[in-house]
Amino acid sequence: MDFINSHVLSLMTFLPLLGAAVILCVPKGKDDLVRWIAAVASFLPVPLAGHLWFAYDRTLSGVNVATQFMFVEHYSWIPSINVDYFMGADGISMPMLLLTALLSFLAVIGSFGITKKVKGYMALFLLLETGMMGVFAALDFFLFYVFWELMLLPMYFLIGIWGGPRKEYAAIKFFLYTLVGSVLMLLVMLALYFNTTDPVTGGHTFNMLHYMSQSTHSAWLKNFDIRILLFLGLFIGFAIKVPTFPFHTWLPDAHVEAPTAISVILAGVLLKMGTYGMLRISFPMFPDVTRWFAIPMAVIGVINIVYGALCAMAQSDLKKMVAYSSVSHMGFVMLGMAALTPAGMSGAVMQMFSHGLITAMLFFLVGVVYDRAHHRQIDGFGGLGAVVPVYTFFISFAFFASLGLPGMSGFVAEAMVFIGSFQTFRTIVMVAALGIVFGAAYHLWALQRVFLGPLNPKYATMEEINAREIFCLAPLAVLVMAVGVYPMPVLNLMNASLLHLIDVVKAVI
Amino acid sequence: MFLGNLASLPHFLPEIAVTVTILLLVALHVATRNRESSAASILSLVGVGAAILLSGASPAGTGRALFEGMVAQDGFAVFFKVLTSLCALVVIFMSMDSAELAGRSRAEYHIFLLSTLLGMFLLASSTDIVMLYLSLEMVSIPSYLLAGYLKGKERSTEAAIKYVVYGATASGVMIYGFSILFGLTGSTQIAEIGRAAASGKASLALLLAAVMVAVGFGYKIAAVPFHMWCPDVYEGAPAPATAFFSVAPKAAGFAVLIRFFFTVFAVPDSTPGLWRLASAFDWPLMFSILSAVTMTVGNFVAIKQNNVKRLLAYSSIAHAGYMMMGFVMLSSAGIQAVLFYLVVYLFMNLGAFYVVVLVSNATRGEEISDFSGLGSRAPLAAVCFAVFLFSLTGIPPFSGFIGKVYLFAEVIHRGVYWLAVVAAVNSVVSLFFYARVVRAMFLEEPKDAAGLPVPALTGAMLVVLAVPTVLLGVYWEPVARIASDSVRMIAF
Repeated sequence: MDFINSHVLSLMTFLPLLGAAVILCVPKGKDDLVRWIAAVASFLPVPLAGHLWFAYDRTLSGVNVATQFMFVEHYSWIPSINVDYFMGADGISMPMLLLTALLSFLAVIGSFGITKKVKGYMALFLLLETGMMGVFAALDFFLFYVFWELMLLPMYFLIGIWGGPRKEYAAIKFFLYTLVGSVLMLLVMLALYFNTTDPVTGGHTFNMLHYMSQSTHSAWLKNFDIRILLFLGLFIGFAIKVPTFPFHTWLPDAHVEAPTAISVILAGVLLKMGTYGMLRISFPMFPDVTRWFAIPMAVIGVINIVYGALCAMAQSDLKKMVAYSSVSHMGFVMLGMAALTPAGMSGAVMQMFSHGLITAMLFFLVGVVYDRAHHRQIDGFGGLGAVVPVYTFFISFAFFASLGLPGMSGFVAEAMVFIGSFQTFRTIVMVAALGIVFGAAYHLWALQRVFLGPLNPKYATMEEINAREIFCLAPLAVLVMAVGVYPMPVLNLMNASLLHLIDVVKAVI
Repeated sequence: MFLGNLASLPHFLPEIAVTVTILLLVALHVATRNRESSAASILSLVGVGAAILLSGASPAGTGRALFEGMVAQDGFAVFFKVLTSLCALVVIFMSMDSAELAGRSRAEYHIFLLSTLLGMFLLASSTDIVMLYLSLEMVSIPSYLLAGYLKGKERSTEAAIKYVVYGATASGVMIYGFSILFGLTGSTQIAEIGRAAASGKASLALLLAAVMVAVGFGYKIAAVPFHMWCPDVYEGAPAPATAFFSVAPKAAGFAVLIRFFFTVFAVPDSTPGLWRLASAFDWPLMFSILSAVTMTVGNFVAIKQNNVKRLLAYSSIAHAGYMMMGFVMLSSAGIQAVLFYLVVYLFMNLGAFYVVVLVSNATRGEEISDFSGLGSRAPLAAVCFAVFLFSLTGIPPFSGFIGKVYLFAEVIHRGVYWLAVVAAVNSVVSLFFYARVVRAMFLEEPKDAAGLPVPALTGAMLVVLAVPTVLLGVYWEPVARIASDSVRMIAF
């Protein structure tokens, strides 16, 4: 057990990579073998995530104190420039690690239908999983950055080779946008490196936790204007990933062109990295600037909510609508974070978790209908409810979860965001409430056009959702429901760390 | 230690090994009738291999001045001797499979190649401006011949002529600068010149002379605005020679640039062998502008290229710009960054050219469209090429990223933030054209679905070059140490 406890994060991160290596050794033509290896390699992190869930001590506060992290691994990696292999989990990363493990496994199962270059697809997918896990586990900035960038390459190829008609454009757009953010982050990282010292050794450091105590900062780094610049550099890097307005234009292209399982991962996990990065890095490192920037952040959040919802309403392509709904929902995360209240912060992380589950369902479901009809035009269907009742059940479930029906996880998260942020920004939150109305509108309108009304005879014989697809959706649906009815276990997981984070952000100067 | 001629010889073994190999190649050329005999390649491999072993085996220690102060044997020189030899080694392998060189004399080709190598050995270690000039010409003249080696091919001849004209102009300007330096200081030893500069004897005239000298070096490393020859020469020359030009002479150019400006404008630091900037002139500004312009021109012009060799030529200009970031502050950490970058650049750039040679052998073309579908036609080569290209872009987990981190770190550490931002923007721009090639290879369907044969040797060499490209991106401590140990230079 000790071995598991002290290496579980590395195992979760690198088992998929090992799987990818094994897949590359499989001779050509054995596609089924490749699929099953990938399934096993992505399944292994799931029981490990279960171990995280049961073993994690919910009283730990994490954030900026190394001893308050669990499952810590700390080794020297490149001693000459003090890069460490430093992994650990706290209440902010725990929900994300669980989500990543689950969604990656389901996405692999959901990709069994891929028939083109299966070997390359699965190997790249597993490499992507390694990158995602690593981002959520890393506590050394350099390590974090390497994992962060590690995701770009597989994502580029997964969209570019297996994507839809405009895949090449979507892939390079995603790559360029994210790289702009990354290089900004790199510059900030190096500036931080040269302006902080390790309190023990006195050398420069990439250790994120050291960055969070002001006593390690040089005089240059104590200058507020400089801090604003560095904060904004990081913020743009993360905001592109979220994506917040006005950096969101890569998202509809990438999501729409990506193959189903990759859209699931993009929306379910990758978007959360942006907000996770803000919570993990920007907030505790620049508490003063965070407070200074809280209102702009809330405004950006609200623009995301309302503008995203309006864009979603205008779409004729079902997948594009779901993609814009992500923009809208990520706005709630921004709003909740900016409030810097316990309820708002918990609501934000809850929304990251819940939106991961719900949007994964939505993209899976859109994939199901596309596989059968080969198009996604909302107006091109009609009356499907009579032909495919089980499918209709699932998509109605997901739509209601997405629009925030009480009793489902989305409602809990969004309600908490509203409660938490209303104390801080009244007017802004009132505008944000419009987003809920628009959200209900585009979901219900789409539901009506596709599933109700007279049956489009073209689809009278449409095939019902199959067992493999239900296997991908059912666990998500159960979780959405469970968290919606009884959110306490998930909230307990993150509470201690989030409260501490608020203290960190509010306490200094 | 200031050694006389005979006493210097035991420390001159790598150069002697190369010289002997060249002489043997001449003998072979005269003796054998079979122009394509692989004996020349094998002989060259042995000679270069011996030079590497001898360079590595003769401890530089605190450094020696050989031949009455003409050349230095120190860690810095040894580093460049090994680096350029490694490059030559790969290029010799690359030439074995080259279809362009088929039917032409192998021995002659290798004579030129090794003469260039000998010149670079001397260039990286010369501590006297006369020696420096001679070794620069020793690098240039065989390079002209290599560029024009495809007799009867218009492109190749054009390349050679352009190379000669630009080279002659640049070296003319440089030697004029040298003559001013000699007139001002009365010495040809760069250490003497440095002392004269430090004692304040020098003035505007010295600055002018130094700028003229910088023109010569700038031409060798293909820095903007002395880069005009570069794309045409790279495109016209035989591909293996282009690969060689893009790495080795550039590295040697950096070596001499660093050694000259350090010795003249930097003073020894408290740690023996390390240096810091001590000059009233604003060198940092001049070189940071040069660096920014070089990388920007290289990258932006590369976007429009459809010929992969030309694209890589502009990319190599951009990389010279990146490397100059390490040079701007004349600090030891910066030089370490340049040395580190040269090591990773050696692997990734030679690797990239290796794939170009492979594809142009098979398709007789070097356009981006000739690479379409390479991912299914020759998966190994395509994956390796993607690794090299993404490494050139500077994306983790490849070594090019680590190289860039060191260079970025240097300018950020010294507070030249604007240059760091320019370089960061350039990295993003560079992704655009590198990804065009990747896109052709993997995202586009092949025009000709037939598999593209990869000779065993080529496949093996691609792996040999790709492995360090990845490995140094994950664990680079040993190379970082070698680079930091090799920063030490001597001056007497």
